Amino acid sequence: MPSDVFAADPFLPDLYRVGKVRRELADAVTLELEPQSGPRPDFRPGQFNMLYAFGVGEVAISMSASARLGTGFVHTVRNAGAVSGALARLEPGATLGVRGPFGTGWPVVKAEGRDVLIVAGGLGLAPLRPAIQDVLAHRERYGRVTILVGCRSPHDILYQHDLEEWRQRLDVTVEVTVDHAGTDWHGDVGFVTTLIPRSPFDPDKTVAMVCGPEVMMRFAASALLKAGVPASEIHLSMERNMKCAIGLCGHCQFGPTFVCKDGPVFPLDRISGLLAVQEI
Amino acid sequence: MQDIRPDTSHVVIDAHGLQCLIDALSQDGRRVVGPTVRDEAIVYDDIAGLGSLPRGWTDRQEAGRYALERREDEACFGYVVGPHSWKKFLFPPVETLWKARREDDGTMAVSRPERPADRFAFIGVRACEIEAIAIQDRVFEQGPYTDTAYAARRSDAFIVAVNCGQAGGTCFCVSMETGPRATHGFDLALTEMIEGAEHRFLVEIGSEEGRSVMAQVPHVRADEARIGAASAIVERTAAQMGRHLDTDGLKELLQGNLEHPRWDDVADRCLTCANCTMVCPTCFCSTVEDHSDLANREAERVRKWDSCFTMDFSYIHGGSVRASTASRYRQWMTHKLANWIDQFGTSGCVGCGRCITWCPVGIDLTQEAAAIRATPGEGRS
Amino acid sequence: MSIETMDRILASQAFFADFPAEFVELLAGCARNQHFKAGEYLIREGDPADRFFLVRQGKVALEITAPARAPVIVTTLGEGEIVGVSWLIPPYRAEFDARAVEPVRAIGIDAKCLRGKCEADHHLGYEMMKRFLPVMVKRLHATRLQILDVYGQP
Repeated sequence: MPSDVFAADPFLPDLYRVGKVRRELADAVTLELEPQSGPRPDFRPGQFNMLYAFGVGEVAISMSASARLGTGFVHTVRNAGAVSGALARLEPGATLGVRGPFGTGWPVVKAEGRDVLIVAGGLGLAPLRPAIQDVLAHRERYGRVTILVGCRSPHDILYQHDLEEWRQRLDVTVEVTVDHAGTDWHGDVGFVTTLIPRSPFDPDKTVAMVCGPEVMMRFAASALLKAGVPASEIHLSMERNMKCAIGLCGHCQFGPTFVCKDGPVFPLDRISGLLAVQEI
Repeated sequence: MQDIRPDTSHVVIDAHGLQCLIDALSQDGRRVVGPTVRDEAIVYDDIAGLGSLPRGWTDRQEAGRYALERREDEACFGYVVGPHSWKKFLFPPVETLWKARREDDGTMAVSRPERPADRFAFIGVRACEIEAIAIQDRVFEQGPYTDTAYAARRSDAFIVAVNCGQAGGTCFCVSMETGPRATHGFDLALTEMIEGAEHRFLVEIGSEEGRSVMAQVPHVRADEARIGAASAIVERTAAQMGRHLDTDGLKELLQGNLEHPRWDDVADRCLTCANCTMVCPTCFCSTVEDHSDLANREAERVRKWDSCFTMDFSYIHGGSVRASTASRYRQWMTHKLANWIDQFGTSGCVGCGRCITWCPVGIDLTQEAAAIRATPGEGRS
Repeated sequence: MSIETMDRILASQAFFADFPAEFVELLAGCARNQHFKAGEYLIREGDPADRFFLVRQGKVALEITAPARAPVIVTTLGEGEIVGVSWLIPPYRAEFDARAVEPVRAIGIDAKCLRGKCEADHHLGYEMMKRFLPVMVKRLHATRLQILDVYGQP
């Protein structure tokens, strides 16, 4: 076969080297990856890569920093299984495989001229961070910007430094709520959906981007609908088992869609019928 | 059904001619695979010639049943389809995608294995199977990403189709409009004709490559009577279908009945054994396994056929999305008959009947679809 | 700055949207503005539930204290939200501590007085129920989601 076929083999990973490693939470780290050769491909907020840990396997992880902020990829990885555990243990200088970018992104450009409402649950803030960074890089192009974050406890708040920096800006509303807290916590306690009716946005001109566990997204979507945001303007990032990321292995099917290529980011009006069906 | 018109694209060969065809393909450096009897079934494997073919055998098929029987003649293709399909050659059940090596300094290198040199010639491809190959082409070659290994094997494959001289008890290609006559997608298409001691094959030439191979095979021109007789054989087969599937509005019917009680009913019978997905000529789901040596220096990534009937198939952090049998059967059937149309523009079913025959408990998707059609709108959704 | 009358303040609250004018007036008679410093309690668990609050500014934490355990915050409530629902349900005793997390400005409503008025005028009682029932259902629902612990490691 000609050599260009070799180059086009979508199963072959590119090699990246781990740069900085930052511990975010007890079970999550952020890895900065630099390409071993050639430039990193461009990507959009909300897209993901398949990260390969030598001999262990591949796992789908969203980019967690905007393409504009560096020459490599940034991924926040939670130690939740064999592969993600191996990735979370990588040290600076280690090599790993990367395939991507894959999938649809957040409607950051489409949201220009409108209010932006970010709703993140737990590690769901990671895939949303590049969208927030891109919106804030062109803050003047958007209406009100609101970032709502829900976590398990005050110890599980991801990117505290970023949240603090965004909160300092006068042109962004940042609200963080936790499910469980003691009296030493001075922030909000309650499920993230409780922040939605308290937030300043104009439902007719809002684009909502929601990421977190599926059940959290389902209830956030219902709270947003109740607040008057149209289903076509509510975007969710879905998760399903993913092996190939290129629509060939069949694993990530969600009704008629493939989460890897039709998603992971979907407008709610495309999937609301499926969200209501158990075990789909 | 269109009449086969007499023209230069039709010739006639005898059994010796068939042997010559196999020889010519083999001498051309091809790996010739075709039907052969093994383990009391007709399977697809490497064949050397007429002696490898299931001469004088036929298969009797019903839901959950398959048996070989002797024929009264010496037909080479006097059966329907067995548990194998050509998928196992174009999309191998186990395939190494790549290998990786790690050095002491932690660096890593990835390399593709040597591609198999197999240039296949498939002998005895049924019309429904040609359609199945076309369906897998859409998955592996015509999406945003191409499976390059599949594409290489596929572009080299030489296809000798065989028009069906009889239908099986679980066949419904007429419902799916995929057979029983091969109309496209072949290099040569045979119709086997036995009258008394005369054993002939009408050969329709479907490609330039097919024509050049036939130049090496002794043959005579086909007359109109011969072509008409071949046509009659296929028409008779079309009238013998063992099953029927009403495809009218089937996609909307299934997608609109995701919570129909019939899914629980079929779940009481289904063993989630995955047989239906293994024998299906279009099922394309796969998983990957990663292996490494004990020193953790050499690793490889291997792709294997997978099935939506396994628990692991839908595993995400915390558990499986489709834990119940009902949800897994629903996934398979709605994907095959409905969602496939949204994804790839055609049904994922070609009506070959394998999933019915090889289901150990005889679950019949044509019956399951009919049951939902009979009581649409039951249950939520 | 003009001094707002209590009935105008109440009528401007989303919680009392479409509340009939005569009832607003009636309610205003039971209501007064209150201020709490950070750390002060609006309600103590076990006290008679003879007052509820509509928060105008600041944050209030509902807390449970158990022996030998650090107090746990069940939920926090802010502007436009109601603190205290036990006044509607016998035996009319508070079930949580409600503590001001930051300085709080609220309308305190004499629930004992209101209960009597609701009993006397079931139209008023029903209008109150229509507003309190969704609050209770919403909190129950939110609590269920908190119990689900959706972000935890399964």
